[in-house]
Amino acid sequence: MTARDEVLRRVRSALTDRAPVPAVARDYRQAGSQPVDLELFVARLIDYRASVHRHSGSGVAAAIAGILAGRSRRRIVVPDGFPTEWLPDLPLLREPLTVTELDQADGVLTSCAVAVAETGTIVLDASPGQGRRALSLVPDYHLIVVRSHQVLAIVPDAVAALDPCRPLTWISGPSATSDIELNRVEGVHGPRTLDVLLVS
Amino acid sequence: MPTASPGVGQLHAERGFPEAAREAVADAQLRRNLGNATATIRAKRQQVVDELPDWAELRAAGAAIKDEVLAHLDRYLLQLEQQVSARGGTVHWARDATEANRIVTDLVRATGACEVVKVKSMATQEIGLNEALAEAGIEALETDLAELIVQLGRDRPSHILVPAIHRNRSEIREIFLREMAGVDPALTDEPAALAEAARGYLRQRFLTAQVAISGANFAVAETGTLAVVESEGNGRMCLSLPRTLITVLGIEKLLPTWRDLEVFLQSLPRSSTGERMNPYTSMWTGATEKQDFHLVLLDNGRTATLADPRGRSALRCIRCSACLNVCPVYQRTGGHAYGSVYPGPIGAVLSPQLTGVAANPTLPFASTLCGACYDVCPVAIDIPSMLVHLRAKVVQDARARHRLPSPERVAIAAAAWTMREPRRWTRALRALRLGRPLSRRRSLPPPLSAWLDARDLPQPPEQSLRDWWVQR
Repeated sequence: MTARDEVLRRVRSALTDRAPVPAVARDYRQAGSQPVDLELFVARLIDYRASVHRHSGSGVAAAIAGILAGRSRRRIVVPDGFPTEWLPDLPLLREPLTVTELDQADGVLTSCAVAVAETGTIVLDASPGQGRRALSLVPDYHLIVVRSHQVLAIVPDAVAALDPCRPLTWISGPSATSDIELNRVEGVHGPRTLDVLLVS
Repeated sequence: MPTASPGVGQLHAERGFPEAAREAVADAQLRRNLGNATATIRAKRQQVVDELPDWAELRAAGAAIKDEVLAHLDRYLLQLEQQVSARGGTVHWARDATEANRIVTDLVRATGACEVVKVKSMATQEIGLNEALAEAGIEALETDLAELIVQLGRDRPSHILVPAIHRNRSEIREIFLREMAGVDPALTDEPAALAEAARGYLRQRFLTAQVAISGANFAVAETGTLAVVESEGNGRMCLSLPRTLITVLGIEKLLPTWRDLEVFLQSLPRSSTGERMNPYTSMWTGATEKQDFHLVLLDNGRTATLADPRGRSALRCIRCSACLNVCPVYQRTGGHAYGSVYPGPIGAVLSPQLTGVAANPTLPFASTLCGACYDVCPVAIDIPSMLVHLRAKVVQDARARHRLPSPERVAIAAAAWTMREPRRWTRALRALRLGRPLSRRRSLPPPLSAWLDARDLPQPPEQSLRDWWVQR
C-alpha cells in the first residue's frame, strides 16, 4: 500500500462517524458591503511605516521623479508593462536582470493589483507593471503607484478581486520582525523603505 | 476499529510537565522575559480585535470552515493534490515524521545541493527535519529571525510563533556575538541592530540558495493555492528566489475554497502578532516562475487526532499562538516545560493526541482550566472541555496498561462505594465530625501529606447538611 493510500485509508477510517457539520454561516462583513475610505487607507499605511504621497491628474511621471529624488534613489528597476507615461526621467533598469543586479539597484518602482483600505495593504500579482516576485523583493526601496479606484474597503473585497492562480504578494508596510521581545522592529529582509503614490 | 497511528518526532519529552515546570518557574529571567513579551502582545491583540465589528462572526465562520475541511478531509486532500499537480507541482504523502524526512532528504539530494534555506515551519520542527538533513550531510539554515536565534543558540523553540520568546535582547546579542560568522564585535542589544545583523548574515545566502524548504499556513483545495503569512521577508526570499521549493504541510492545514481565505487573513494576523495585517503574505499555485515545486503532505498523528470526535477540533488550529500568550500557566513555565514543539494550551490538547496519551500523560493536566485560551481562539477550539476529556483518556489508558490499581484509584473506588448508598453516606458524614480534631493539625502522614502540598485541609462542619436539614 502506498503512503497515499494509507493516509487516505486512515482519514476515511477516522471519519466513519461522518457526523454532519453545519453549513458555514458567513455573517461577517461581506465583499461589496463596505464603503471605501481613502483617508483610512492613507492613515493605515502611515501607521505601518509606509510613506504616502498623493497626486491627482496628469504629471504622474514628474511626481514619481520627485519622490525618488527626495529619497536620493537613482538607479531604479522598472518591470515590463509599467505604464510608459509614468516613467520618470532617470536611469531605469529593465529586465532581464540578475539577482546581483537587483541587489545593486537603488530601488524598484511598480504598480499594483488591488489595495485594502482597512488594513493598509497593497497586493501585487505579477501582472504587467508589477514584475516577477524577485523584482519587488531584492531592492532595498520600493515605490508602489496605487490608483485610487484600485483601493477596496476590506479583505474580502481583495480576495474576491484577485486571481488565485497568479503569484500573489500582499504587502502591509516595510518588512518587520516581532521576534525580539515581541516589539515590532522595521527592516529585515524585504525592502526596508516603502513609499506609496496614491493617484486619483 | 484499527488502532490509530501515532505521530513521532519532537512531540514529547522524557520529563513530565510537573517536573519540568518546577525547574522553569524558578528561572526568574525566563519569567521576566515571558511576562513582558506576552503582556505586550495581549494588549496589541485586544486592540486590533476590538477594531473589528464582526470578530465574533469571523470566529464562528473560521470554526465552521475548519470543521467542514476536517469532516471531508479525504475529498479535499484529493482535490488539493489534483490542483497542485495540474499546475506543475509534485505531491508526496508521508505517513509519519520519518517518512517525511526521507522524502525531503531524497528531494534535496536529487538537486545536488548540500545546503538549504528554510522558512519557519512548525511542521518541520515537529518532524525534526533539520536533524535528519544534517545526518545526510545537508545543512539547513533557518532564516526566520527567531528560528535563527534558536539555531545559533543550539536551543529548542519555546513558542509556536515567536520561538525565541524565552530570550531577551541581551541574550540574543550574546548568541550573535558568539555564533554568527562575520558579526560586528561592537554589536549592541538594540533590536534594530540585532535585526540588521541578521539581515547582513542571511542576505548572501538568500541570493545564492538553490533549494528552499517551507511550511504553509493555508492550502486551498479548490485552486491548489498555498499561502505563507510572515513578517520579515525571509519567506518571500525563500519562496521566490531558489530553483527548487519543497513545502511540508500538515494535512489539517487545508481550506475548502479560495473565498475562505477572506476569514483567516483577518483572524490570523490579529490573533498572532496583534496587527491588522502582517507585512508579507505570499500565495502561489503549483510550479511558479519556472520553479520546481514539491508538496509533502504530512500525517504524523493527525489522522489519530481526527479519529476522536471529541478531540478532532484541535485540528482547527491555525497556529496563531493567542492561547499561549493568554495562558497563566504558559506565562510562568515557558514552552520548554511542555516537552513538545507545540506547547501551551493548544499543545496540551494537540501533542497528546498526535502521539497518543501514553507518550504525553501529563500535558492534559498542565492547566487550571481557566478558559482564557478558549476565549481568544480565532477558531473557537473548546480547549478546557478537551483537556477534561483527555484527562479521562489518560486515566483509562493507564488503567488498561497497569495490573495493580494506583492508590488514587483505590481511594476513588472507596469513595464511590460509600456514596452509592444513602445510609452509608450519611454514616460517613457523621464519622467525619470525629475527624474535626484531626483537621486542626497542619499536616498529615504521607502519602496524604503530598495532597496537602498545595491545599489546606478543609474543616468538617459541626453538623452535616443532612442532619441540619432533618432538624429544620
